[in-house]
Amino acid sequence: MKRERNGWQQLLICKLDLGSEKNMGVADFAFYVFAISTVIGALFTVISKNPVHSVMWLILAFLSSAGLFVLLGAEFVAMLMIIVYVGAVAVLFMFVVMMIDVDFAELRGEMAKYIPVAGLIGVVLLLEFSLAFGNWEISNNAEAVRAALTPDMTEVTNTAALGQLIYGKYIFLFQTAGLILLVAMIGAIVLTLRHRTNVKRQNVMAQMHRDPAKAMEVIDVKPGQGL
Amino acid sequence: MIGIEQYLALTSALFVIGIFGIFLNRKNVIIILMSIELMLLSVNINLVAFSSFSGDLVGQVFTIFVLTVAAAEAAIGLAILVIFFRNRGSIDVEDVNVMKG
Repeated sequence: MKRERNGWQQLLICKLDLGSEKNMGVADFAFYVFAISTVIGALFTVISKNPVHSVMWLILAFLSSAGLFVLLGAEFVAMLMIIVYVGAVAVLFMFVVMMIDVDFAELRGEMAKYIPVAGLIGVVLLLEFSLAFGNWEISNNAEAVRAALTPDMTEVTNTAALGQLIYGKYIFLFQTAGLILLVAMIGAIVLTLRHRTNVKRQNVMAQMHRDPAKAMEVIDVKPGQGL
Repeated sequence: MIGIEQYLALTSALFVIGIFGIFLNRKNVIIILMSIELMLLSVNINLVAFSSFSGDLVGQVFTIFVLTVAAAEAAIGLAILVIFFRNRGSIDVEDVNVMKG
């Protein structure tokens, strides 16, 4: 199976001469660095004691997976990963972790109790994955199916080809994605909206219906008498 | 030469770490949400790897949709977490069934 190369990948190949077999080590090395740091980031996200550190490890996992995407030639998804996950989701997590005042050490107390069942389920799942991955093969007509959809990757960059797909064949799915984001935004606002009772707020209707005749009184004060 | 097998091994490891995290942090909803993000990340890497190795761009389109849903899910989950903490004063998952009603 021949891999398509484009964009950044072509740039990398030109710069580092990765195309020849004997120099393939650089791309391999980059893959292993990114893969290992992704797995380490994920592992420490799960097992670190402090949730703030967890978020930091999560950011490491996201960043190194963005590196993996660049290695795979999917530079648009890589940049999206950095902007959406590192820039928005991880910051959201950080906000919530710092906003919620919980004794996280107390929550960690029972962690050792769950290690056996978690390890068992992990091992079983890994075995199932290896069974599945050992047996898959590509369907015969897969080539024809995908040739009908994908723009010619030798002529356009990854981002332009993705744009042609998203704004062409998948336009309704794309709009549905926008709708999902809108619903999520409204839902998050509605969920967290609250009115505190002991806070003074502006009441616009009351302000608009104020009448100068009722609100003000002109008193004719005589000299030397006062009110 | 890195083939698709290496990517599959990486993503299955990431997915299993996500499941492991859910079971390990039964009391901490924030870490559970992060584990779900890790599992979605592994799915994304899988989709992009298949897309790249078979020259089919639709996998990357799907990755973008998965990313959208993951972002929406994180926002809603954290909003629920914040109001749950506001009402209960803890984020213990064992207490979540009091939300019913």
